[in-house]
Amino acid sequence: MGGTTEMEIGLGHYLVVSAILLVLGIFGIFMNRKNVIIILMSVELILLAVNINFVAFSAWLNDLNGQIFAMFVLTVAAAEAAIGLAILVIYFRNRGSIEVEEISTLKG
Amino acid sequence: MIAALAFYAFASVLIASAVMVVTARNPVYSVLFLILAFFNASALFLLIGAEFLAMILVIVYVGAVAVLFLFVVMMLDIDFARLREGFQRYAPIGAIIGGILFLELVLVLAGWRFTDLAVDLRLAPNPGGGVSNTQAIGRLLYTDYVFLFQASGLILLVAMIGAIVLTHRERVGTRRQVIADQVSRSGSVVLQNVAIGAGVSPGSILRPPPKDAPKAVEQHDTHGGHH
Repeated sequence: MGGTTEMEIGLGHYLVVSAILLVLGIFGIFMNRKNVIIILMSVELILLAVNINFVAFSAWLNDLNGQIFAMFVLTVAAAEAAIGLAILVIYFRNRGSIEVEEISTLKG
Repeated sequence: MIAALAFYAFASVLIASAVMVVTARNPVYSVLFLILAFFNASALFLLIGAEFLAMILVIVYVGAVAVLFLFVVMMLDIDFARLREGFQRYAPIGAIIGGILFLELVLVLAGWRFTDLAVDLRLAPNPGGGVSNTQAIGRLLYTDYVFLFQASGLILLVAMIGAIVLTHRERVGTRRQVIADQVSRSGSVVLQNVAIGAGVSPGSILRPPPKDAPKAVEQHDTHGGHH
């Protein structure tokens, strides 16, 4: 990762961006412990970081498998968001709030 | 040079909007910053040469997922001030854990390198030449990965059915169309010859009289009523 003087964008730059995104996502989960919506958005950020990693390696190795896998990650992320938000909606309907700390009262 | 400047611009906006996603006061702003983050990530994908994935990211994330988030945030009447009570309290532990994780990632980034065999270990080398990124992905996706492709379609189907089943509820008091009843009814559809003007008032429509009410038809002229 030696800092090059000429402005050449390498794999390391992309990996640093993705690492910062991942850390921000995890930080967001800890910060917004009560707000499920922000937690779901943080999960999306984490998955975006994963995708950036996949695509960066795919481009640098000149191997298309990384991009294929990033597409599957995207599919699963979309499904997860839909199910998560549906659960959130019925939780809000039952309890009148979206505080995660009371979520252990859900049964059945 | 231009590419480097573009990379730095998009990456800095991406990270700044990611910060805003997790710290914004209003979740609506969070969703909007999430959309901005996805746009910038797709620009990074474009810079790196993954055009198809960049467009898919915009379509799927901005067009579907972020709009879904926006829908839910605006649909639910949530007291957001109460949800932010523990914000200050949880910030230090989040910062500590995030810092540790970032340090670990930096250590990994500083220490790794490609193996010499990396070029030989590629499963699907980019064909290059005149084959565009989208075409290459399509060739790969519909041949080697066709079953995984179908499986991901199945995942989306299950997610769709699950979301519908979870959020669907039968409301009492609503009148729905029951097609079986409509098809199987017999004898109740008659062609009537109504006196001119009999059905005009009130409401200009001839309605069946209420069951318990006295026959309203009697007050009219019995010229062309029921036979």
